[in-house]
Amino acid sequence: MLSYALRRLIGAIPTLFIIVTVAFFLIRVAPGGPFHLERPLDPQVMENLLRVYHLDKPLWQQFLLYLGNLLRGDFGPSFVYRDFSVGDLLGSGLPVSMQLGGAALLLAFILGTTLGSLAARHQKRPGDYGVMAAAMIGITIPNFVMAPVLTLLFALTLDWLPAGGWGEGALANKLLPIFTLALPQIAVIARLTRGSMIEVLRSNHVRTARAYGLPGHVVVIGHALRGALLPVVSYLGPAAAALITGSVVIETIFGIPGVGRYFVQGALNRDYTLVMGTVVMIATFVVLFNLIVDLIYALLDPRVRYDK
Amino acid sequence: MRLRRAWAFTVGLIAILAAGPPAAAEMIYHRGNNADPETLDQHKTSTVYEANILRDLYEGLVVYDPAAKLVPGVAESWELSDDGRTYSFRLRADAKWSNGDPVNAGDFVYSLRRIMMPETGAKYANVLYPIANAEKVHAGELATTDLGVAALDDRTLEITLEVPTPFFLELLTHQTGLPVHPPSVETHGPEFVRPGNMVSNGAYVLEAFVPNAQMKLTKNPEFHDAAAVSIDTVYYYPTEDRSAALRRFQAGELHSNNDAPVEQVAWMKKNLGDRFRVAPYLGIYYYAVNTSKPPLSDPRVRLALSMVIDREFLAEEIWGGTMVAGYSFVPPGIANYGEPAIASYRDMGMIDREEAAVALLVEAGFGPDNPLEIEIRYNTSENHKNTALAIANMWQPLGVEASLLNSDTATHYAVLRDKGDYDVARAGWIADYNDPQNFLFMVESDNDGFNYANYANPDYDALMDRAAAETDLEKRAELLLEAETIFMRDLPFIPLLYYGSLSLVSDKLEGWQDNIQNVHATRWMAIRE
Repeated sequence: MLSYALRRLIGAIPTLFIIVTVAFFLIRVAPGGPFHLERPLDPQVMENLLRVYHLDKPLWQQFLLYLGNLLRGDFGPSFVYRDFSVGDLLGSGLPVSMQLGGAALLLAFILGTTLGSLAARHQKRPGDYGVMAAAMIGITIPNFVMAPVLTLLFALTLDWLPAGGWGEGALANKLLPIFTLALPQIAVIARLTRGSMIEVLRSNHVRTARAYGLPGHVVVIGHALRGALLPVVSYLGPAAAALITGSVVIETIFGIPGVGRYFVQGALNRDYTLVMGTVVMIATFVVLFNLIVDLIYALLDPRVRYDK
Repeated sequence: MRLRRAWAFTVGLIAILAAGPPAAAEMIYHRGNNADPETLDQHKTSTVYEANILRDLYEGLVVYDPAAKLVPGVAESWELSDDGRTYSFRLRADAKWSNGDPVNAGDFVYSLRRIMMPETGAKYANVLYPIANAEKVHAGELATTDLGVAALDDRTLEITLEVPTPFFLELLTHQTGLPVHPPSVETHGPEFVRPGNMVSNGAYVLEAFVPNAQMKLTKNPEFHDAAAVSIDTVYYYPTEDRSAALRRFQAGELHSNNDAPVEQVAWMKKNLGDRFRVAPYLGIYYYAVNTSKPPLSDPRVRLALSMVIDREFLAEEIWGGTMVAGYSFVPPGIANYGEPAIASYRDMGMIDREEAAVALLVEAGFGPDNPLEIEIRYNTSENHKNTALAIANMWQPLGVEASLLNSDTATHYAVLRDKGDYDVARAGWIADYNDPQNFLFMVESDNDGFNYANYANPDYDALMDRAAAETDLEKRAELLLEAETIFMRDLPFIPLLYYGSLSLVSDKLEGWQDNIQNVHATRWMAIRE
């Protein structure tokens, strides 16, 4: 299995190279540049800025410069946040996004699988319908509606939690963002779990376990869950990458210093280096998480073999 | 037993003594600032958000008081030579940097040279172009030592100008005029802006900065006016989502915010009372017209298009009263000017305006059988869209077929800057300094960066040149008014609305005065619980 993992990682390098190249040229197709913002700049000032940031050089030269720096781990300076390099920005934002995303993922996984399993066990009874209805609501209501509603309830009406801000990482400031991030995922995971659990509960080995007289919850948790989790794990791979690299909406609404907003802000500001940095970051995460998902598959389902 | 009691007593006594006298409550100000600064280097800066923070950290030669009137800062007095070209500033003796160094004239010479150095990549170097040789130094044609600034001694700074510039002192209030601490810049290079490295001369020092989260400023004990500064600590938060900022304000987590959600104006007016402020702001919301493209090259067409726009409707219904109907290009209330050139049709009834407009279009060869087709461009925003829709609607009686095109801000301005193909495009301009020249210069024919309309009128240029050379303020105002009158007749830009600034101000915050520049330095304020 180790050699399989290594092969996958090495195979990801050409993928990343293609992604970097495409992104580099694609962002420059968009009209405007990092210095074309609402306040017009004096032409002399503009010319000077382009020179300082090497944006006046031919494109292929800029690309080679960028690649060279990238291989040394230097993502370049941010064209818009001029006191910081892209490495600084991503380095300070990623841990924050990971905290929120990781906690949301964990919460979503635990609650989602529990609710989904319960729904599957009580199939076609009120409990099942209740959970599925709640899941439907959770999936359809967008997070930019959920966030203000939850803020109004918990922060303004009940005054239990702060309405926004990072507060230097206090737990109270994290609760609402984590919960809002987790909600749609709980809903999706619950539905997925319920669906696959119902199928697994009909399978032979579960019937055997029941025939042995094992109590219900032991059957579900000890025997059925492993198989039922396979679709959930598939879903979680890309979902984890998205969650951990931050949600723009949640971070903007709650004022969280994560990396999510850099995706949108970077593109809108034409901050080329920041966009490249975020692209490389998320591509790496997606590759990594897809690999982890495949490895977990092998752990969950003994029939899966990667070593030829 | 006795021993235990004695022990308890001793511990209690020590605890009480160690606690010390009750500490004076620290005054902390939580301030919403809309966005993170792009940079804390005053020479690379360009946005208002940075200006607010830098104004607390540094003090320039002159500063704004709470009412946005110019008052002495580091310079306690100044003299202007008879030919209006040389300022001589006398610096105060007690001005100090936060590390104890005195602020002297050499620091300002260093700073002004640094902003003009091409390598600095200053975004707003052009604000200080009135200084002799500044433009050439910035273009790299002259050395920084050729810049018209000199330190005659530690407390006397001399600045020589290219031509007499009556608004020069206003220019110095812009954040580009703030000094840097030369030894810090020499030692740390661009890293001098980091907390721990930064040495500032204003009311506050930078203690911590977490990008995207908050910035912490604490009181500078070396500030010459420190005794009058009430607030000990100020936190700046980047509050990008205006609705979320309003919720945080309501929850009491922010004492003020520099903007408010325009969609909730009616609610705020009803429920927040005086905590929601709308103040006149020196800025103009306008439609740039591509005068080089027929049929918009015909001034009669432009005039007709401008006449039928119901600006009062836009201001009240679309912008919720946060903007004011604008019938001149220069907003009223600006310094060094009288009444601006108001469009003659402001007091005409709408029906009369429509009739006159239709007549103009017929004269220009347009009518129901030959309709005008115009594309309105705007940058993505709910209000810009609604404004464009309303205006398209108002143009319908003229037989104009209007279409709308929106793009993100960078694309929108790229098209304008690079002289792309457009008919009519939305734009806005907030004054850098309090003088009508800062509005009227935009359509001078050689002003490549700002003249989106491709307007070239030698009479207009001549008037602006004469005004630039005129030292008598009243005569200058007359010349500028003549230029504005030509502007309002030709309409390279169609002015629509004067900006208003929106603010959320808590009852606990004292000293926040609404003013036309929307400047509110923390040093003038206090929090009363």
